[in-house]
Amino acid sequence: MKYDVILAGVGGQGVLSVSAIIASSAMEEGLQVKQSEVHGMSQRGGAVYTNLRLSDETIYSDLIPIGGASLVLSMEPLESLRYLDYLNPEGQLITSSNPERNIDDYPDLDTLIGKINTLPHAQVIDARKLALEAGSGRAANMVLAGAASNYVPLKSETMEGYIRKIFQRKGDKVVETNLKAFQLGRENSK
Amino acid sequence: MPEMVLLGDEAVAMGALHAGISAAYAYPGTPSTEITEFLIQNSKKNNGPSAHWCANEKTAYEAALGVSFAGRRSLVSMKHVGLNVAADPFMNSAIVSIHGGLVLVVADDPGMHSSQNEQDSRYFADFARIVCLEPTNQQEAYEMAREAFDISERFHIPVMIRLVTRLAHSRSVVQLSEPRTENKLEKAPEPNSWILLPSNARNQWHGLLDTYKEMQQYSEESSFNPLTLNSTFTDYAVITTGLAKNYYLENVPDLNEQPSHLHISAYPFPAEKIRSLASSAKKILILEEGYPFVERFLRGILPNGMEIIGKESGEVPAEGELNPDNIRPALGLESRTGSPHPDMPLSNRPPQLCPGCPHADSFNALKMALSGYGKSMVTSDIGCYTLAALPPYSAIETTVNMGASIGMAKGASDAGYFPAVAVIGDSTFLHSGVSPLIDAVAHNTNMTLVILDNETTGMTGGQPTILPSSRLEKVVLGIGVEPEHVKLIEAHRKFDEENSKVIKQEIEYNGLSVIIAVRECVETAKRHKREGGQS
Repeated sequence: MKYDVILAGVGGQGVLSVSAIIASSAMEEGLQVKQSEVHGMSQRGGAVYTNLRLSDETIYSDLIPIGGASLVLSMEPLESLRYLDYLNPEGQLITSSNPERNIDDYPDLDTLIGKINTLPHAQVIDARKLALEAGSGRAANMVLAGAASNYVPLKSETMEGYIRKIFQRKGDKVVETNLKAFQLGRENSK
Repeated sequence: MPEMVLLGDEAVAMGALHAGISAAYAYPGTPSTEITEFLIQNSKKNNGPSAHWCANEKTAYEAALGVSFAGRRSLVSMKHVGLNVAADPFMNSAIVSIHGGLVLVVADDPGMHSSQNEQDSRYFADFARIVCLEPTNQQEAYEMAREAFDISERFHIPVMIRLVTRLAHSRSVVQLSEPRTENKLEKAPEPNSWILLPSNARNQWHGLLDTYKEMQQYSEESSFNPLTLNSTFTDYAVITTGLAKNYYLENVPDLNEQPSHLHISAYPFPAEKIRSLASSAKKILILEEGYPFVERFLRGILPNGMEIIGKESGEVPAEGELNPDNIRPALGLESRTGSPHPDMPLSNRPPQLCPGCPHADSFNALKMALSGYGKSMVTSDIGCYTLAALPPYSAIETTVNMGASIGMAKGASDAGYFPAVAVIGDSTFLHSGVSPLIDAVAHNTNMTLVILDNETTGMTGGQPTILPSSRLEKVVLGIGVEPEHVKLIEAHRKFDEENSKVIKQEIEYNGLSVIIAVRECVETAKRHKREGGQS
């Protein structure tokens, strides 16, 4: 079994947190994991992505080959289209519908979402709305983690365990909000 | 033994800790920063070994040398271009008889994710005639860091570990082994081997050349250079170095035959093993992350008529990073395909200054000040403010190396250009901007220096600047800039008008002036507020 994921977004959107939850959960379930991250200059509001590779065999490359990814999970619609070369034609694309407009030439949103919906296995989720419903707009990345949990070969309980763990420090309320966001993402995808 | 999930950088740091280091030094630089951040955290938690940020890579290297002279083990880390700054102590440290193990970690950045070039540090290791180890995964990063200290003490040389961005910033599980204790505090036994007077240096160099033969033998025997021969397939054989091995193995299942394979991760490279590989096949394919380092040597040592395929022959990309896909043509494999693209252009999303960044306000004021001049020149430097090269600012015209902005403005002014303005960050100024400013003071050069003081080393994640902000002005005054031409301004948009007037006035002064534009980085300000709130 091997499962490659590209996580995409804009610096500051919490790509690394989602990546860490999936990676840690996979390790707890006995899988091998490689997680290649982008640090440095791009983190300043630029396009960022991680290559996350899960397998029950040795993983050689830190980078996912073309057509190798089973899932592209994107925090932002424009970014979801940047890594299609890496997405297997049978793979899933899950993206938030909420644009991060920190550039002048951001495309028309309706056209963009329309284009995403022409892809064979794409889902567009209003992550911000669901996150607000859970209690905080900042939990949008956990909505997307929840949506991904329907596809990644991991138990959702394991992922929830890690959400508890990483937010514990910030108090029960923050834990509950993020778990609820995860649940809502899980229910609102497929 | 326990296991940990570590970045490649952290795996090296952990290896160094378990090798019994007593101290670690660095200047922050992507992709090497996380090594020292890890060691600083560790030092706080476990009360040692000490780990310090330094003014620059040269001072960091020299401190590590002092630890070695005192008999203990030390780690010094930097990005590839940092080794240019530290080249003087580095090259000469190969000639002294290293006492306590000294390991230099250099993180190269092929593909230039966060750098101004993609120079390959293996050339530096070769230049200095020392051993270089190049891990391909996090586990090797840990193990090689440990071994590097042993080799350093065995051959009395500094040992280089070469990382690249993809390993430095990739996370995986690492199995740890039993930690070793620190060395005794015991000065190097033969001080002459550390006094590089010409007569001593000649002896030391002679000794190093002898030891080099032993290093070559080490490399021939090292399990870090595994050779697998397949006598039934002779069409071609493969040499990999660094991460190219991973990308090659990723493609091996698609090959019909298994070529003979030599992976090189310990240098000086194993010439005998290369010769036996060459005698096993008609052609050699060389896959290297970085410059065609091994390839260029091989073109000189293999028999005529042996075909070599690689970066020099054009089959493997000569620029940027390798990946699992761009080596497929050289292996005779078809390209893979991904998902189709919708027919719409994707706008690029380059990095940019954060909302509320003080640098943005400083650049606005600077542009206002310069707007009245028909022509002007703004030299700049390395840091977040380099992003002012991009629209909407387009406010700087050069970025070459750490500290270059000041010397270049001086040169342009000497050549007759007016107005010549240099813009540099506080951390870069203390790294290597003070010396060129001394040059400008000595000749009272007609130029204006703007120090963008955001009170941190921002681009690498907000490490503290080596001196507090409050001391910058004293440094500038202390080297002799005239007090009436040292101006402090607050980098905030509400003062744009006033600030631009101050800048303009100092540009008009026929001599050297320094403007320090102060306001804390918004990211570190947020962090300090959070941390303040918790305590």
